Amino acid sequence: MSDDQPKKVALIASQGSLDWAYPPFILGSAAASMDMEVQIFFTFYGLPLLKKDLSGLGISPHTNPAMPMKMPFGPEGFQKINWKIPNIVSSNVPFFDAFATSMMKKTFAKHGVATIEELREACQELDVKFVACQMTMDVFGFTREEFIDGVEYGGAATFLEFAAEADISMFL
Amino acid sequence: MTDHTHELDARGLNCPMPVIKTKKALAPLQSGDVLKVISTDPGSVPDMAALARRTGNEIIEQTESNGEYIFYFKKN
Repeated sequence: MSDDQPKKVALIASQGSLDWAYPPFILGSAAASMDMEVQIFFTFYGLPLLKKDLSGLGISPHTNPAMPMKMPFGPEGFQKINWKIPNIVSSNVPFFDAFATSMMKKTFAKHGVATIEELREACQELDVKFVACQMTMDVFGFTREEFIDGVEYGGAATFLEFAAEADISMFL
Repeated sequence: MTDHTHELDARGLNCPMPVIKTKKALAPLQSGDVLKVISTDPGSVPDMAALARRTGNEIIEQTESNGEYIFYFKKN
């Protein structure tokens, strides 16, 4: 241990797409592995990341010009092609998002990246504290029964009390 | 090669899994035990060094061959 007191990390998870589900769980599990005390506050669109069933997580490449569209299979040259999908296509082709989500999951798996379920479990094993925002749960109609065990519930003040003592705070 | 009492195969895993698995593998060890970790993730080279610095579990030896990175952690 570099210091007497463990470093504290306060994260806000506000995005629930498959790609943005990664940062809070990656940083949370890595920080806990490094003997830091971590709290993740799930609010707005981050709330679905606490659901027991994460199969609904997906991506929507529409209007995201920074998202590479590459195929995780086929010859090497083919895999390097970045398919520039015009918005008119991504918005009109049925099940385009489902296809893109499936490709992203395959690409992650191929590169040895853990699933969201695995990273979330690692966080819990390493005592990362998950706090769900009660207000946005009420607004969006989430129930505690939908969420995994071990989640605590609170509001802005709950997060801020922890963040006030934190060495690292991030809004993701 | 450094003598080691425990071994972790983290080949094929990507960030942050090698770090997490190393932490978990170190947890039950006795002080002074040596854990050998094998990784294929080039990013684990700086990451394992950071893990060692933060947790005080020193890397006493480190080698690389054929895309495999091998670390020997001494449990503090």
